[in-house]
Amino acid sequence: MTTETQTPADEQTGGQTSGQTTMSIGSYLTHHLRDYGLLFALIVIMVFFQAMTHGTLMRPVNITNLFLQNSYIIIMALGMLIVIVAGHIDLSVGSVMGFIGAFAAVMIVNYDLPVLVTVPAALILGGLIGAAQGYWVAYWKIPSFIVTLAGMLVFRGASLLLLNGQSVGPFPRNFQLLSTGFIPDILPRAATKPLATAVGSFNFNVLAMGVGIILAMAIVYLGMRARARARQYGMEGEPAAFFWVRNIIVIGALLFLTFKLATFRGFPNVLVTMGILIAIYAFVTENTTLGRRIYALGGNVKAAKLSGIKTERLTFFAFVNMGVLAALAGLIFAARLNTATPKAGFGMELDVIAAVFIGGASMSGGVGKIVGAVVGAFIMGVMNNGMSIMGIGIDYQQMIKGLVLLAAVIFDVYNKQKQG
Amino acid sequence: MTPILEMRGITKTFPGVKALDDVSFKVMPGEIHAICGENGAGKSTLMKVLSGVYPHGTYEGEIFYEGEPMAFSGIHDSEARGIIIIHQELALVPLLSIAENIFLGNERASGGVINWHETMQRTQALLRKVGLTEAPGTMVDKIGVGKQQLVEIAKALSKDVKLLILDEPTAALQENDSRKLLDLMLELKAQGVTSIIISHKLNEVRYVADTVTVIRDGRTVGTRDAHAGLSENDIVRDMVGRDMTHRFPDRTPKIGELLLEVADWNVWHPEHKDRKVIEDISFNVRAGEVVGIAGLMGSGRTELAMSIFGQSWGRNISGNVKLRGKPIDVSKVDRAIAAGLSYVTEDRKALGLILDETIKFNTSLARLEAVSKNGILDDMRDTEVAERYRKAMRTRTPGVFQKVSNLSGGNQQKVVLAKWLFTEPEVLILDEPTRGIDVGAKYEIYTIINELAAQGKGVVVISSEMPELLGMCDRIYVMNEGSFVGEMPAAEASQERIMSLIVTE
Ligand SMILES: Nc1ncnc2c1ncn2[C@@H]1O[C@H](COP(=O)(O)OP(=O)(O)OP(=O)(O)O)[C@@H](O)[C@H]1O
Ligand SMILES: [Mg+2]
Repeated sequence: MTTETQTPADEQTGGQTSGQTTMSIGSYLTHHLRDYGLLFALIVIMVFFQAMTHGTLMRPVNITNLFLQNSYIIIMALGMLIVIVAGHIDLSVGSVMGFIGAFAAVMIVNYDLPVLVTVPAALILGGLIGAAQGYWVAYWKIPSFIVTLAGMLVFRGASLLLLNGQSVGPFPRNFQLLSTGFIPDILPRAATKPLATAVGSFNFNVLAMGVGIILAMAIVYLGMRARARARQYGMEGEPAAFFWVRNIIVIGALLFLTFKLATFRGFPNVLVTMGILIAIYAFVTENTTLGRRIYALGGNVKAAKLSGIKTERLTFFAFVNMGVLAALAGLIFAARLNTATPKAGFGMELDVIAAVFIGGASMSGGVGKIVGAVVGAFIMGVMNNGMSIMGIGIDYQQMIKGLVLLAAVIFDVYNKQKQG
Repeated sequence: MTPILEMRGITKTFPGVKALDDVSFKVMPGEIHAICGENGAGKSTLMKVLSGVYPHGTYEGEIFYEGEPMAFSGIHDSEARGIIIIHQELALVPLLSIAENIFLGNERASGGVINWHETMQRTQALLRKVGLTEAPGTMVDKIGVGKQQLVEIAKALSKDVKLLILDEPTAALQENDSRKLLDLMLELKAQGVTSIIISHKLNEVRYVADTVTVIRDGRTVGTRDAHAGLSENDIVRDMVGRDMTHRFPDRTPKIGELLLEVADWNVWHPEHKDRKVIEDISFNVRAGEVVGIAGLMGSGRTELAMSIFGQSWGRNISGNVKLRGKPIDVSKVDRAIAAGLSYVTEDRKALGLILDETIKFNTSLARLEAVSKNGILDDMRDTEVAERYRKAMRTRTPGVFQKVSNLSGGNQQKVVLAKWLFTEPEVLILDEPTRGIDVGAKYEIYTIINELAAQGKGVVVISSEMPELLGMCDRIYVMNEGSFVGEMPAAEASQERIMSLIVTE
């Protein structure tokens, strides 16, 4: 301690490059076990199910399905992460999602309103629902658990009421595109035919593959730039070996997945929506004053308030945001099923919340990352999908998912205690 | 005589920090042994090693207690041997009664059913021992910190204590309460209890201690006999490694125009609607002036400051605040900050810091605009700012990416100060700014206060340490039971004069 605390920063930076203050690989790993552990767990689970399903899991069509099936969970997990980081919880998202689906069905199918009117109206309605709940939580300090539990019951009932207890559908084609559409290729089918036959598939989407490659390069470039900056400031750097191994895995997975998607029908529309949302939310939470304030709010409300942060307003908007995302998820879900049913979204809030906690968020607020929540959602998604393909009954599925959630959180707590 | 406790070659490492490096010392039975050292020297860590908070195996070195080697795996083991630690941060449950707190985890019960009669009786006896007259059923949050500290000791006594460890027990107390506690320690000593006390208040160390061990940068400097004419300066020299002749930096005040004026300030209690907590207070601060507010704990000083700073305490607040003659809006914290006020809280853990976040995160939190552009954080600027203040305040940490919860108490205080200095206020209100801070660091903080004043800023210091007010301020207001009962230039002030104003009211 003695030498390190007294050396000025420039010496520390010097030490960084000479390897004095760079942590050993072992101690770095124990420190960041959480981050790597999550990624590692996802890979292990994918490999496991790939083997157990005799390769069905990674078939292009199934991978496309995986994204379609989990898109609404992931979209809601983005909002839920913020709510949970802010120190709250939202139990109503499943019901709100179902309610918005019902609302859209009634608007479009029963009243023949155009999709272009319905979609914005549904998103606004979602925001209003979030506002109605957030108001009590933020300004009246009513525990979010209670407010949103009430919301869960209210909107579940409201869906039943709207739909008269019946399923309403089908939707017009342009609404379905929200979920089941694909981004068309830039090249005509004929032009890519040779490529497709070369890789042994009936189709090859050049656009998807190209975007995948560009994304991969961008990830490496941004990662290296961040590393260089960190080094310049003598931050505790990720050992080079880790950086490259991590990047190779991520890029490998990315290229692999885009290749699979390219040999099917390219990028689904939802995937693009989801990708853009993930990028925006990750950026906002990590790089903006808004994000910083949300973490401060969840970490210590009183201290945040005394720092001039408008804690009430932030809490309120966390719920409004959640409402809008739940609405979007509801639209996508309804579009995917092509009907709105009174049962839609039933219990979905639990999957969303589980994803966020598996992703490393803390019940007490202030801790958690967007990327973690997304990976958490995929872990749940792959397990759902893999177990269904294997023909495991819903009974066992539920039990296994429950245990995985528990294991992830125990792992977190254990990790934290070890670091003291 | 064989020592009751001997710690040999204790080394404790945290990721990136060697908190203790081969520390050894002995404690004789029946003595009061003081441990002194700068913030972050490793005092609390050493005591946590001793009491099993850091279990055997997580540190190197040996502990001999009553002649036997000890390998505590948790605080239960050490308590079973009569080693009781009272931590730097109080650990009472506020919404439980005194009796419930004292026997928490150690309930007087048979078959799981609490024997309330015995609990209350024993509590009463213990409270008498520590000089408290409160009823055993009183809720802990209804008594002041001073008394809470005594309840902690009563709790220790309920467990057959042989070695009592007190980590900065008087940091949050004012003089008469501290004195009560120290006298109690002497009384326990007469009954054969051995104590270890950690304190930055060297006059108190001299008052109670038989021996003083000084730790610097995680190493033992040495153990001295406190009776052989040991002076405070001797201890300071061991602590900081050089002589420190002045406790307060020199300063020639240059007092200018009226800066802050608060007039007819009235505040009501947020929960008890019929209780007026601040009554008709008016005061002012001039540019370049350091103004002190003296008063007993509970006299309403913190409430006054917080009600001015964005109405963060109280209700039905009325009165005017002017800066340089112009009325300013201080009705919300962000507006108060924008208007040029800053308030450094006395309660760093609950109100000052986001403990789970880094030094960097905390330093810029009250002024994120300065480290961002269009709402997007500039990570480099943010790091630079944190680094700059870390150096200026000489915060002891391996870097600004350290979590604040991993810092020693005094270094956490420096982070809170840094955070508010970075807001570059016109008037800085400091509430107990040197609580738990070592002598050297106090001097640094005083220097910073003086610099602010020299730049023409106004500084308000709320402090329970009278010498600090007398040494630092140009003018002192005396507060009692929610109103100001006196005002005097510091040159004419004395401890006696201030106390007599409080008492006669
Ligand atoms: N859990 C931890 N993780 C990392 N570093 C720690 C941890 N606990 C303490 N430290 C570091 O160990 C050193 C000693 O801390 P300690 O709390 O023992 O100081 P102290 O002497 O009690 O100081 P103070 O007078 O300010 O209370 C400090 O540099 C601190 O930052
Ligand atoms: Mg300490």
